[in-house]
Amino acid sequence: MQRTLDAAREALDQQPDVGTDDDLQLALLLSYGLSYGGVVECDDRWEWHPAQVAVRTAIEDLFEQQLRERVEIGELPHPDAESVAAYLFAATAEDSGPSLSRYLAKKATREQATEFIVHRSIYTLKEADPHSWAIPRLTGRAKAALVEVQSDEYGGGQPSRMHSVIFAKTMTGIGLDPSYGAYIDRAPAVTLASFNMMSMFGLNRRLRGAIAGHLAAFEMTSSIPNRLYGNGFRRLGYDSEVTDYFDEHVEADAVHEQIAGRDLAGGLAEEHPELLPDIVFGARACLYADGLVGAHMLERWQAGASSLRAEETVTV
Amino acid sequence: MSAEDSPAPVTIVACPDGPLLVRGPAQIVDAEGKPVHRSRRTVALCRCGVSTIKPYCDGTHKLVGFRTDPQPEQQSRPQSQLQPEA
Repeated sequence: MQRTLDAAREALDQQPDVGTDDDLQLALLLSYGLSYGGVVECDDRWEWHPAQVAVRTAIEDLFEQQLRERVEIGELPHPDAESVAAYLFAATAEDSGPSLSRYLAKKATREQATEFIVHRSIYTLKEADPHSWAIPRLTGRAKAALVEVQSDEYGGGQPSRMHSVIFAKTMTGIGLDPSYGAYIDRAPAVTLASFNMMSMFGLNRRLRGAIAGHLAAFEMTSSIPNRLYGNGFRRLGYDSEVTDYFDEHVEADAVHEQIAGRDLAGGLAEEHPELLPDIVFGARACLYADGLVGAHMLERWQAGASSLRAEETVTV
Repeated sequence: MSAEDSPAPVTIVACPDGPLLVRGPAQIVDAEGKPVHRSRRTVALCRCGVSTIKPYCDGTHKLVGFRTDPQPEQQSRPQSQLQPEA
C-alpha cells in the first residue's frame, strides 16, 4: 500500500486535471467503494487502513481544490430558506449547456441510449447513498428534510420501489448487467468524477454544506429531464419496465426539489449561515460536473463515436 | 410516542412559484370522489395548470415562468433586505 501511496503522490505532483484523469478517478471510486461496499472484494479492514485513507485524502485535496477553482460562486443569497431556495431554482434554471435530455428524447439511437444508461449506472445503482452519509451530520429542519427525501429514494419502506432497484430493472430491460461495477472500466473519468464528487461531499463532515447544495441542485435538474428521457426510451420502443425509473422521477423529484431547496439547503443556511458558501458551491459543482458528463456524451455521439472507454486490453 | 399524540395533521405548504406540497393523511380524490393513486408519503399538487401528470406536479411550472403572489412574510421583510447591495 505504501507503493500505492507513493504512486498517488507522484501522480498528484504533476498537477493533473483530477476530474478527467481516468486512473485517479478509478482510484477514488475504489476507495469510496470500500465505504459503500459491493465494489471491491477484499478484506473489509482496508476501509480504514491509514495508507488507504491517505491515498483517498491526497486525491480528494487536489480534486476539491480544482473544483473550487472552476466553480464560480458569485454573489450569495440572503441566508434565509426562501431566499436560498429562490437562488437555487434560478441558478439551476439558467444552466444552459447543451441538452442531453432533449437529444435522448428526439435523436439518440438504441446504442446511444444504452451508453447513457451505462454512464448513469455508476451513480444510480447506488442512488441516494452518497447523500445519506450526511444525515447524522445535520440537525433540525435540514436533517428532517434529508430523511424525508431519502425515505422516498429508498422506496418508502418497499424494497421494490427503491430507486436503485427500479434502475436495475431498467438496465435488465435493455439487456445490461445490473450488478455494480460491471461497467466501471467502460466509464470515462468525467462519469466517475460526478459520482466521486458526491461521495467526497457526503463522506467529509466539513463538506456537509456542499452535499446539501448538491442534492438541491440535483433534484432541481431532474424532473423535467427525466420526462424527456422516458419519452426517448418510449420512442425507441421500450416498455414501462424500462421507463418506470424515469416516470417515477418526474413525480418524485418535483416533490424532492421543493424539500431539498427550501428545507434542506434553505433550512441548513438558516441554522448555519457560515455554511452558505459551501451550499452554493455544492449546487454549482453539481451543475458543473453533470454538465461535463452530458457534454462528453453529446460530443462523442456527434463525432460518430462511442462515449464509453474502449474494452480493456490489459497490459501490465 | 406519548399517549396524547394525535394523528399527524395534514399540512399543505404553498411553495412560492411552485406546487402545493401535501404532507399527512389527506385523501386525494378525482371529481367523482374516486381516490387518485398516491405512491409517496409527501406529494406535490400542480397549481400552475401545465403539469403532464396532474393532479401531481412534474416541475413544468419552471419552464413557463409560473409566479405566485409574494408571500406575506416576504412582503413584511425589512426594507434593508430588499435593497440591492450598495
